[in-house]
Amino acid sequence: MPDPVVVLIEDEPQIRRFLRATLTGQGYRLFEAGTGADGVMEVGSRQPDVVIVDLGLPDMDGLEVIRRIREWTAVPVIVLSARGQERDKVTALDGGADDYLSKPFSAGELLARIRVALRHTAGASHESDEATFKVGELRVDQLHRRVQVGEREIRLTPIEYKLLTTLVHHAGKVVTHQQLLREVWGPAHTEQAHYVRVYMAHLRHKLEGEPARPRYLLTEAGVGYRLTAE
Amino acid sequence: MAGDRPDPEALLARVKEEEARQRRGKLKIFFGAAAGVGKTYAMLEAARDERTDGRDVVAGYVETHQRPETDALLAGLEPLPPRSVEYGGTSLRELDLDGALARRPALILVDELAHTNAPGSRHAKRWQDVLELLDAGIDVYTTMNVQHVESLNDVIAKITGVVVRETVPDSVLEQADDVELIDLPPDDLLERFREGKVYVPDQAQEAIRNFFRKGNLIALRELALRRTADRVDAQMRVYRREHAIEKVWPVTERLLVCVNASPLSARLVRATKRMADRLDAPWIAAYVETPAQLRMPQEDKDRVVQTRRLAEQLGAETVTLSGRTMSEAILAFAHDRNVTKIVVGKPRRSLWQRMLLGSIVDALVRGSGDIDIEVISGEREDATPIAPVRRRAIPTEWAPYVWATAVVALASGVAWLTLPFFELANLVMVYLLGIVVVATRYGQGPSLLSSVLSVAALDFLFVPPVYTFAVSDVRYLFLFAVMLVVGLVTSSLAARIRTQADAASQRERRTAALYAMSRELASARGVEPLLAIAVRHISEVFRSPVVVLLPGAGGSLDAWSGGQFKLDANDLGVARWVHEHHQPAGLGTATLPGASALYLPLQAPRGPVGVLGVRPPDGHAFDAPDQLHQLETFSNQTALAIERAQLADEAQDAQVRIETERLRSSLLSSVSHDLRTPLATITGAASTILESGAKLDAQARQELLESVREEAERLNRLVQNLLEMTRLESGALQLHREWHPLEEVIGAALSRLGKKLSGRRVHTSVPSDLPLVPIDDVLVEQVLVNLLDNAIKYTPAESPIRIMATSTDEAVTVEIADHGPGLPRGEEDRIFEKFYRAQPDRGRGSGLGLAICQGIVKAHGGRIWAQNLPEGGVAFLFTLPRVGTPPAVPADA
Repeated sequence: MPDPVVVLIEDEPQIRRFLRATLTGQGYRLFEAGTGADGVMEVGSRQPDVVIVDLGLPDMDGLEVIRRIREWTAVPVIVLSARGQERDKVTALDGGADDYLSKPFSAGELLARIRVALRHTAGASHESDEATFKVGELRVDQLHRRVQVGEREIRLTPIEYKLLTTLVHHAGKVVTHQQLLREVWGPAHTEQAHYVRVYMAHLRHKLEGEPARPRYLLTEAGVGYRLTAE
Repeated sequence: MAGDRPDPEALLARVKEEEARQRRGKLKIFFGAAAGVGKTYAMLEAARDERTDGRDVVAGYVETHQRPETDALLAGLEPLPPRSVEYGGTSLRELDLDGALARRPALILVDELAHTNAPGSRHAKRWQDVLELLDAGIDVYTTMNVQHVESLNDVIAKITGVVVRETVPDSVLEQADDVELIDLPPDDLLERFREGKVYVPDQAQEAIRNFFRKGNLIALRELALRRTADRVDAQMRVYRREHAIEKVWPVTERLLVCVNASPLSARLVRATKRMADRLDAPWIAAYVETPAQLRMPQEDKDRVVQTRRLAEQLGAETVTLSGRTMSEAILAFAHDRNVTKIVVGKPRRSLWQRMLLGSIVDALVRGSGDIDIEVISGEREDATPIAPVRRRAIPTEWAPYVWATAVVALASGVAWLTLPFFELANLVMVYLLGIVVVATRYGQGPSLLSSVLSVAALDFLFVPPVYTFAVSDVRYLFLFAVMLVVGLVTSSLAARIRTQADAASQRERRTAALYAMSRELASARGVEPLLAIAVRHISEVFRSPVVVLLPGAGGSLDAWSGGQFKLDANDLGVARWVHEHHQPAGLGTATLPGASALYLPLQAPRGPVGVLGVRPPDGHAFDAPDQLHQLETFSNQTALAIERAQLADEAQDAQVRIETERLRSSLLSSVSHDLRTPLATITGAASTILESGAKLDAQARQELLESVREEAERLNRLVQNLLEMTRLESGALQLHREWHPLEEVIGAALSRLGKKLSGRRVHTSVPSDLPLVPIDDVLVEQVLVNLLDNAIKYTPAESPIRIMATSTDEAVTVEIADHGPGLPRGEEDRIFEKFYRAQPDRGRGSGLGLAICQGIVKAHGGRIWAQNLPEGGVAFLFTLPRVGTPPAVPADA
């Protein structure tokens, strides 16, 4: 497999310099754009494997960049934004972004996000989810609809199971309340965010050793949930 | 030399005066000696000239008396439609003041300045209308005869024998920017009069004919000329002052006029005014209250008040002095105030009274030292009669007279019983006792009756021949006379004591009422409670409903909600007028007397603070001067208190501003320190690696890089906190409340702290049935992170942390407890203050974390506090109210 291609749309030269050092050092081929318009052109011409977009760009809204990219490609998009702008993140995620990172972030976090994104692209291109998802003690066997923590067999209700498999499907990525509601309860229930929270609590009580200090089912306050993938 | 320069204070005052004058309209008076000299004609001619110059001229009210030449002049001017007032079956035409104010011409003509407006007009007098026009910035041309000048009123009455009731205060004349004398020699005027060119109202034919005599006209002309000359003289002095040709005119003279209840006092006041004008001196009108005046008839008391008002109108300072004797009080005051001349009336006491009681003038002269005493002749004058003061008649009570009769009957009975043992002369004593009793209990009338009855009873019952009124011995007549005189003197003395006691108690009651109000006002805080106190007291003392109006935003005047009667549009208009013009108006005053209530300005030293309205329940005006005076005292007290409250509010605002300023500077110093420290570390470490990277061993390099990262994280936290704080304080914080299981939020906080918690035992105890709470999860997570972060920072590395959530019907309480050293005693509240650090020496934080927690918890309607735990360590607790009903979640099959 050739080196993955990353397009970085970010106006701050300092952050570009830091990401250039990190990503090229890890064997990625990096193309940079300082404006949204340039970025959209780069995405069109470079056929990247991952796109990283800063939400605050000088010429256009990061959301607008995502919308334009999404018009023709399903390439994974990772959004960069500051903490405290949870609503923007949710909007970006519901508007087509795949994941996000809050500034400031470490190189390790970014690389982990990129790996998850690449894995999902690879999975999608192979046209088959792995039948069994494993992380730590948790095993989800979708073929036989079996969930185990260690040796213990866990009985889940249909909604709990659907919720879990949705997260498994996006493992490692953040999933917003909206996405979960749409996929588990159907498009008519996208306003009832508390459904997700209540069932998530049920799931934690069944899967986690210490539900108030979860290992697998992590909460991203104000944004959504993430199932640990590694 | 400094003395040649005008005093800067005086200059400033003059500049202000000048500015005020420029905003005001200009007043020009066409001044004449008598009717018919051609004032109106001259005014119209001047107005036409102005109009030719392009000015906007309106004829507000001009009386041409159908004289063709005057009519012709008026024809070219835009007339202002007059206001028609129905009065006594006839229709009167008046100047339409509101129309004039609405039309706002540059110049308006208003004839006959001394005119008295029809009842129901806003002002009683036309000159008041003119002042309002000037205040509105409109120039006014008007006409006036010398006989209407207030200070000359008495002189003219003496010369012509005609008392003029319509007068204009001298101050109006003095305010005029221009006075043009319209002069016509008496012979020409008489000629015009004979030709019928002078308008004469039908009913006054005879009086006017007496008036238009050559002697009168010469005298009037002289007065008019002299008044105008005085004015020119005054103008000259002003001019010299303004151009500093001379030193500021030194005030060398100060006049004092003594007024009393005598009708002559008004004359004294006018004479002093003229004298003061000539000397260009300030003057004071003093009234002395002595014990004797307490039993002055009401009419006299009213006259004193009226005379003082006259003095005030003529520009005097008025004072009330009190003392044992008049001369003592006056001399003491005169010496105090450096008075140079005292004006008194010629003594009215008769020769024997003077010999007996002494004369005030004599006493003054003896004690005056270097003060001149000017005695003005005491000739009786036919002064303007005092306006009657309406007072409810006190109905005669008959019971005291019945009692007086009964007491005499009783005395007769006692005398009858004791007759066998006593002389006839002793029986007189019994009757006298009865008279004294009646006098002290029932006053003068009944005691007079009892005196007469007693004499009659004694004569009839006991003096031989008994059972007749005949007297056998002439000596008895002497006895009767003595008895009657003693009875009369007793009753008069007793009555006087009663009056004095009544007056004293009335005075005391008022003083007490005022004292009670001011004491309550002094202890009140804030304008609202203060107004409530004032309204309650004033309504009690005057037995009338009271309202207060306060200026609102944008210059409006709004009724305070605690008022005791509703104001209609008319009342509101009166109140506004009062507020704008700083003068009382409404019921019982000369301005807008048609209103249902009396309105007084609440005048405080810094300016008007509102308007007080009092509506007498029976519709009778408060026209007894003492009552009015008292009401003014109450309103002044209230105004002072309101201003005091407003000043206190302002002082508090200033205090808050200072406090904010102090906080801001402490924020700056704290922030600059907290920002620079990590930056210094980062810069230092990074430059070391850059410059000597090759020479460093791997471990040293690792350590430097670690410190860069740690300091960067610290910087990040600080900036985060600052942003959070700013959002909280600017009010930009918006809660996005949703229903959350608290467990999840705690979990999110713990995972965010991640590595920092490694090696810590964290006990979480969250009941599985804990209800959903309506919170903003991002913010509550921040609270938990800040509290946990503190626990990590301030406790030993291995010590455990406990998180506990409990719930009641009202709220969910979260507790975060550690096993650290706890808080210094008494600091449990202070730690929530901004930039406060419990242990400054160990300070690694910004001192904002807990303040932010408090801000967030308060925004949720909760409470946060800290308490030291008996087993050691500290617990931070906060509540999150459970408002609303948690939404239902459909069960899952």
